[in-house]
This record gives sequence, C-alpha cells and structure tokens, in this order.
Amino acid sequence: MTGERRLVLEVKGLRVRRNGFTLEVPSLALAEGDILALIGPNGAGKTTLLMALCGLLKPAAGEIRFRGEAVDPASLRYRRRITMVFQEPLMLRGTVADNVEAGLKLRGLGRAELRERVEESLERFQIAPLAARSAQSLSGGEARRVSLARAFALEPEVLFLDEPLMALDPLIRKHIVRDLEGALSHSRLPAVFTTHERREALRLADRIAVLEAGRIVQEGTKEELARRPPNEFSESFFDDLGGPPPARC
Amino acid sequence: MELIANGVNEALRLLVSLDPEVLGITALSLEVSGVATLLSLLVGIPVGTALALCDFPGKRLLIGLVNTGMGLPPVVVGLFVTVLLWRSGPLGAFGLLYTPAAIIIAQSVLATPIVMGITVAAVQQLPKSLHQQILALGASRGQAGWMLMKEARLPILAAVMAGFGAVISEVGAAIMVGGNIKGHTRVLTTATVLETSKGNFDVAIALGLILLAFTFVINLALTQLQQRGKA
Repeated sequence: MTGERRLVLEVKGLRVRRNGFTLEVPSLALAEGDILALIGPNGAGKTTLLMALCGLLKPAAGEIRFRGEAVDPASLRYRRRITMVFQEPLMLRGTVADNVEAGLKLRGLGRAELRERVEESLERFQIAPLAARSAQSLSGGEARRVSLARAFALEPEVLFLDEPLMALDPLIRKHIVRDLEGALSHSRLPAVFTTHERREALRLADRIAVLEAGRIVQEGTKEELARRPPNEFSESFFDDLGGPPPARC
Repeated sequence: MELIANGVNEALRLLVSLDPEVLGITALSLEVSGVATLLSLLVGIPVGTALALCDFPGKRLLIGLVNTGMGLPPVVVGLFVTVLLWRSGPLGAFGLLYTPAAIIIAQSVLATPIVMGITVAAVQQLPKSLHQQILALGASRGQAGWMLMKEARLPILAAVMAGFGAVISEVGAAIMVGGNIKGHTRVLTTATVLETSKGNFDVAIALGLILLAFTFVINLALTQLQQRGKA
C-alpha cells in the first residue's frame, strides 16, 4: 500500500517505556492518504504508541521520520503538523467555537482564515448550531464532534485518533463514524486510529495493525488479516464476518 | 457595646471628615499590600504552574517547602527581612529598612508561597489529559501553561484573595521592617496596634473597621470576577 505513494510517517526501532510497560515497534509506515487502524486488547500499547507518535511520551529509543526527515516528536514544529483526538474529549472553558479555534489561535492564524476554518469544521461535524453554546454543557456525542472538529480545523498532515468514539450510544456512534469517514475522505488526511470496534476498523481503515503486549504481531490489509488472523484476539475480531470484509465506503 | 458604637461613630467621623492622617494610612496600606500582592502573583502563579506541570527529582520536597511557606509566621519573615536590610546586612547598602519598600518586600515574601501553593494545587487538580490535549493542539510549553492557568482561574483567583488577605491583615512584619513611622510607614494594622496600646479604642476600632471594609470591597470585587469565570 505504501510503496507507490509518498511516505508521511516512518517509525524505526521505536521503544517506549511507560509505567513499567514497554512498547517496541521495529517499523511502521504511513503514506499519503493511508488510514491505519490499531487493534488489540486493552493494555496492548495502542494509546502508548499514539502518544509517542504525537510527542506526548518520550521514546527510550528509535527514530520517527516525518516526510523523510528525522524529527524530535516533542518539538513544536513537528507537533504543529500533526494532532490527536483523545478517548475522553476535554473541553476548554468557553464556547464550542472557542474550543474549535483554540489550536488555530495558538498558531497565530489571521481572523478571516480562522473564522473560515472554524465554520467549515463546525459544518462538517454538524455542530454549527452549537457554536455559541458553552462547551461545558455538551452531551458525550456533541463533545466528540467538537473534539473531531477541533482536530480537523487544524488541517494537520497526520491525524491520530485514540478510540475517539468510545462509550457512545450505537446510533450516535454510527452517525459520527459517517461524518468522520466523510471528513477523512474529503481531506485525504493520513490517519492512525485505535479502536475496539470491528466495523469501524473495517469501514475506515485501509490497513490494520494488531498489537499484543507491546508488539505489533501483524500488519496488513483487512483482507490479509481476516485470512490469517495472528492471534486469538484478531480471530475473534474477524471471526463472524461471514466472508471478506466490506470495502471502504 | 458602647465602646463598639463609639468606634463605629469614630470610623464614620474619620471617613466623612476625610481625616488626612487616616486617608494617608489607608492609602499607604492599599499601596503597600497591593504592590506586595502583585509581586507575589508575578512570581507565585508562573512558578506554581511550572512546579505543577514539570516532573523532576525532589519535586515533592519542593512542593512541601512551598506548602510550609504558606504558614510562615510574619514575625519570622520580619526578622529575616530586617537582618537582610539592616545597615550592616547583605542588602543594607540600599537603605530600605523602615521604608514602605521594606514592608512590600516582607509582605511579598509572606504572600508568594501562599499564591504558589494554591496555584500548584489548582493546576494539579486539572485532568492530566487536559495538558496533553492542549499540547496536541499545538501549544508550546508556555502556551500550554497559560491555557492551564486560565482553566484553573477559579482556584487561582482564590489564591489572589488568600495572598491579599494575608498581607493586608499582617502586622508583625510591617512593624518590624517598617517601624510604624507616622506619615511614612504607618499602615492600618500597625496604626491599630498603636492606638490599642495607647488605650484609644475608639480610634483603633475605627481603623479596624476601615481595614475590614476595604478588605471586604476588594475581595467582593475578586469574587465577582471569580464567579463570572464560572460560566
């Protein structure tokens, strides 16, 4: 998948230690437009990997290359080219619009561009009517939408999503997945996301990497993984598909 | 009761008559305590935020020291500042002892650990993930600190009130480093002590009531600001 398109992100020999847990990723690559799902049981290291790739955890070893150049993931220059959506979206004080424009203000964007990007992002996630509402008064689903809008407004070069729709009502989740899929498709933004939801992984991702105990035990296309699940977790993840996984919409 | 009533009457009379001495003492009190609080905020809030956010060996010990500083006895601070500013002391060359500047220094030393300690607690009570989410939005370390301070502004405003309350009401350090010199370093608290020792209870009560009134008005304004930020 990644051979024909330009690589955006490459990870080589990454080792991250966190609270006695060690994550080791010998290699991982993400090309333009790639969407990679990280699956695996709780504690496998999915969030740790995303946080290391976002510069929020300092790796003990390894190299991260961004568009061919080795980067310090904690550097501001790198962190302003990527962003991450967290499991629990925490809202800043102020309105929904204040939250969506927060990252843009940090970058010193002009008022006109800022307004345009905020409006576009609010529209994309169908929260324009909430723009003036206090961000502290949102429901779980609304807060997830604001969190996604806040990330997309930044127009990052890579988007990391850490179970962005966890613990949501199935119907709301379905609608947000639809909007997220539309946003990813429209922006052609390379993304890495973690999930426990099989259908989301199959619907959104081009490739899937399976993590277990801090190691990537298999990585490939959905079809490859469905044919040869590497472990019990993957087997159960794919077992009742009843045929080849659905193509990405 | 009569004593208190006389005190209230005397306070009103002193205020209504715009007694120049009382006005001077009140103005100096507000100036000295205002500047001391401001200095303590300039040091205490950024350092407290950094202390809350940074991880380093000895952090707990340092926070413990700051928390201990929140209970510094004013007379001990007064003693150390006096020694520092004494003519033959390390800072004696500046000639600051028995000046309003000396009171400001002593009161800043008293208020800074209070502001810093409450700021550390205020920032630490924010969800850890909020700091990470702000960094993920592309904030520099400084911008993240500023945004977290804004998120914690309710308890930080409580730190401002506590810091101001500590300095406007303290008397030990102000007497020791200021000398309670009439027209020069006499503030509301030191004047109250003096008038009480002379048996002029009505004037002492009047000065005390003026002190309480100003403390109330300033804290009310800060509370309004704090509660407005709640929305």
